[in-house]
Amino acid sequence: MGAVITLEDVELRHGGRVILSGLSGTVDTGSLTALIGPNGSGKTTLLRAIAGLHPLAGGRIDRHGVSSADTALLAQGSHLDRSFPITCRDVVALAATRVGAFRSIGRGRMAATSAALDRVGLAGMESRPIQALSAGQFQRVLFARTIVQDAKLILLDEPFTAVDTATTQLLLSVVHDWHAQGRTVIAVLHDMDLVREHFPHTMMLTGQTAQWDAGLQAA
Amino acid sequence: MLNFLLEPFTLGFMRRALAGCLALSIAAPPLGVFLVLRRMSLMSDVLQHGVLPGIAIGAIFAGLSVWAMGIGGVVAGLAVAVVAGWLARRTGGREDSQLAGMYLLALAAGVALISSQHSLDLTHLLFGNVLAVDDTALFGMAGVATITLPVLALIWRPLVLESLDPGFMAATSGKGGLWHLIFLVLVVLCVVSGFVALGTLMSVGLMMLPAIAARHWSDSLAGQVRVSVLLACLSSVGGLILSYNVDIPAGPAIVLTAGGLWLLSLVAGPRASLWRQAMPHA
Ligand SMILES: Nc1ncnc2c1ncn2[C@@H]1O[C@H](COP(=O)(O)OP(=O)(O)O)[C@@H](O)[C@H]1O
Ligand SMILES: [Mg+2]
Repeated sequence: MGAVITLEDVELRHGGRVILSGLSGTVDTGSLTALIGPNGSGKTTLLRAIAGLHPLAGGRIDRHGVSSADTALLAQGSHLDRSFPITCRDVVALAATRVGAFRSIGRGRMAATSAALDRVGLAGMESRPIQALSAGQFQRVLFARTIVQDAKLILLDEPFTAVDTATTQLLLSVVHDWHAQGRTVIAVLHDMDLVREHFPHTMMLTGQTAQWDAGLQAA
Repeated sequence: MLNFLLEPFTLGFMRRALAGCLALSIAAPPLGVFLVLRRMSLMSDVLQHGVLPGIAIGAIFAGLSVWAMGIGGVVAGLAVAVVAGWLARRTGGREDSQLAGMYLLALAAGVALISSQHSLDLTHLLFGNVLAVDDTALFGMAGVATITLPVLALIWRPLVLESLDPGFMAATSGKGGLWHLIFLVLVVLCVVSGFVALGTLMSVGLMMLPAIAARHWSDSLAGQVRVSVLLACLSSVGGLILSYNVDIPAGPAIVLTAGGLWLLSLVAGPRASLWRQAMPHA
């Protein structure tokens, strides 16, 4: 198993303020990693930097040829406008792999969209406007959208915040599917019991730097 | 009665105004729907005031040519749209006092420039003059509509995605800004092309009021676009008849009609209207 992400002495800033520095390490292809640390420790910033959306103030991140089209980021508190008049089906179909601006969303992509909505337990709700969804249902739509992105590298920022236990269990099973399919998953999590039970690797942000696979043995 | 409805259109300039306004009624309201959904309604205010100095400068350099004034208006409109967009982004979109400052400044500059030119009639520029709708003005409106519809169809999907979830758009394609800019160009073209018939202050009304009203008729984007076009066409026909029979400028007459349809939708439309809120299960 080779590395999919290599961090070399990475430094990240907001404005002039250093958030993280001297960050090094690797994430293996097909691994399942929990990114943990207190609020404000830089988890979101690091995830965005790995996705290529936050500039590096120093060091480098090698993505080993994984392009931005092969990367899916499920953002924390997504900027998605929940009052937009659009159905669950269309939100997911718009993200289907490499549809782009003009290519037709053919039968294959519509089938993938339906299958993804089925997988997250939203069968029969395809035509429902997103305005009419609960927080848990909405998070399921975002997971369905991440499924159809068909990415090699999947970054989840606090995917289970404000979601009930049943939904968390269902969405965790989707994460395990991705892992079984050989995709690399990094998820920001706060629930340590859940981390110990489901995530073989951890990366903990402390101070300005990171500890890898710390505290797992203590479990 | 029939006479009251048909007589206005026995006149050539009224028929030209009707054809031009109907063309704009098909092209502009779909853009308005996107402006409303993107919470950019204030941008239409900025534009309606911002194009005025450009039109005035066009007239100062080239006389009363519709082309010169139109090109001046488009350049000024694009400039204020870009500056307004930059100001909004710089403040995270929460600060609208700078936009207000900008359009007040533009309006004052426009009025001052126009007043210094004795050949220009301020009332006509602001509120429209159907008598001045010549072939050039008609071709302007029809031409802009002819460009707007296919371009909007081409950029439809990225525009929807960029309006729905700009963060996702930036993460997956990074070209959100390009689609947004094309969209703004279409908006400016529609606002400027209506200025002869409707006036700079009123042509935005034909874009925005039907779009705002459409939210009370449909839950889907395509539905809102269709309703907005229908309401705009009704406003154009009704407004021109009103303008002819009551002898008020076409711009305010059309916008009054569109405003009446909006109030009707707000009170009695099938969705999110006052009537619905009072009797949710009726
Ligand atoms: N847009 C921003 N501008 C300035 N500082 C920011 C911005 N976003 C986050 N920060 C700061 O960067 C630090 C890390 O934030 P973030 O990556 O969101 O942390 P986490 O996701 O771990 O809670 C915090 O101290 C926060 O105050
Ligand atoms: Mg965060």
